[in-house]
Amino acid sequence: MPFRWNPELQSQDITPESWFRERRRLLQGAAVVGAGVLLGVEPFGEVTAKSEPLSDVRPGVVTLDEAQTPFKDATGYCNFYELGSGKEDPSRHGGKLVTDPWSVLIDGEVARPGSVSLEELLKPHPLEERVYRMRCVEAWSMVIPWVGFPLGDLLKRFEPTPKARYVAFETLHDPKQLPGQSRNVLQWPYREGLRLDEAMHPLTILAVGMYGQRLPNQNGAPLRLVVPWKYGFKGIKSIVRITLTEQQPVTSWNLQAPEEYGFFANVNPEVPHPRWEQSSERRLGEFRRRETLPFNGYAAQVASLYAGMDLARYF
Amino acid sequence: MARVRRWVWLVSLIPLAWLAWGAWQGGLGANPVERVIRFCGDWALWGLLLTLTVTPLRRIPGWSGLIRYRRMLGLSAFFYAVLHVTGYVVLDHFFAWQTILKDILKRPYITIGLTAFLLLVPLAITSTRGWIRRLGSAWQKLHRLIYPASVLVVIHYFMMVKADYRAPLVHAGILGVLLGWRVGWWLWHRQPVG
Repeated sequence: MPFRWNPELQSQDITPESWFRERRRLLQGAAVVGAGVLLGVEPFGEVTAKSEPLSDVRPGVVTLDEAQTPFKDATGYCNFYELGSGKEDPSRHGGKLVTDPWSVLIDGEVARPGSVSLEELLKPHPLEERVYRMRCVEAWSMVIPWVGFPLGDLLKRFEPTPKARYVAFETLHDPKQLPGQSRNVLQWPYREGLRLDEAMHPLTILAVGMYGQRLPNQNGAPLRLVVPWKYGFKGIKSIVRITLTEQQPVTSWNLQAPEEYGFFANVNPEVPHPRWEQSSERRLGEFRRRETLPFNGYAAQVASLYAGMDLARYF
Repeated sequence: MARVRRWVWLVSLIPLAWLAWGAWQGGLGANPVERVIRFCGDWALWGLLLTLTVTPLRRIPGWSGLIRYRRMLGLSAFFYAVLHVTGYVVLDHFFAWQTILKDILKRPYITIGLTAFLLLVPLAITSTRGWIRRLGSAWQKLHRLIYPASVLVVIHYFMMVKADYRAPLVHAGILGVLLGWRVGWWLWHRQPVG
């Protein structure tokens, strides 16, 4: 497998014994849960995500003084059309997705392209807990404690060339694992993209977990994008390819309905949407709608990225 | 017959009871507001489709008695339509009339949904015996408003869906068969089916 930028193994490449034991424990735990499912002891047939705690996470790197969405809601109410178009489909149909082994192809305008295993990809990056607002274009929102690391740190490892101006992402395309892909609801694979400066912004992360645990499949295991000032559909799930490009990449929902979903998709209460009222939102768990904030409340950090741009035109 | 009608009425309340039970148990999922509104909208549409099924079915020899339940079914459909609209006004927007007005004017699927609802209102009002008598043959003509109303409801459904059109397509297909049967009947007999 081409893993080119560091052909020599170093001491830090050796899996620490504690991780090794942790992994064994996880596998045993998974086996117990699996057996439980087989024996039909799952209570009330309710689909719950199995719990796989992550260790060595730096807590509270980004915090938020707002109530977190219950784990059950954040993992049970999902938009992941590859696993069905209903909100509860992904938690039901996520079982066929195999996330281990997993590899990601990094190509395009980078000095060190190549396909890397998830382990190799994650190795140099300390995991951080970051509590972000998540605002869906459908006018509902959540507060989710993600576990991940800055996308920019990853991109730097692959050395973007001076030509690189955008980053394109692709989700796994395999209808056997992602049964929703057997029908052309969207043009598969799901594709998303960012401008390079957006991708390098310290708030932009690749997540591998949430609520201190490994990402459940329905939330985009094993690797997904989280860009907290953009509508949720920008947060592409189950990523298998990251391509640096010179041209603005094609993105899935923009392809489906360009007048509804722009490339930038910054949360913007000023830009109306033909389907949903965007000046307010329903935070799940709350009855009354709350005001939607420009850039989802992250304007102080990111508004400068768009200085001088007509955000109504580039929505 | 009155007894059977009462049963039809009771049965039509089962979905509402199910919803109330779910709300009581906290079993309406992560977004209960959306669940309630969608649920009532679904049942309003299914009520309309059931109402439209009565006329074709009663042409089957021996089934003509079904006509007695048509009014009840239509009123049940309207009942769920009222809940659907109330859910939108109260649960979704909590009487924010300005937002609601903007929504109606700017979002065609809301405009169309509201139009369908307004078409059903006179039908519900004139569903009493007194109105049937007073309107005479005009009553039948007036109540053909259920056809455009149902078409608008299905269009409303189509426009609401983002990408997966399976469910609205199935409903459009069923409505197409029900309305197509009427056109066929009319062509064959050259008289409206009522």
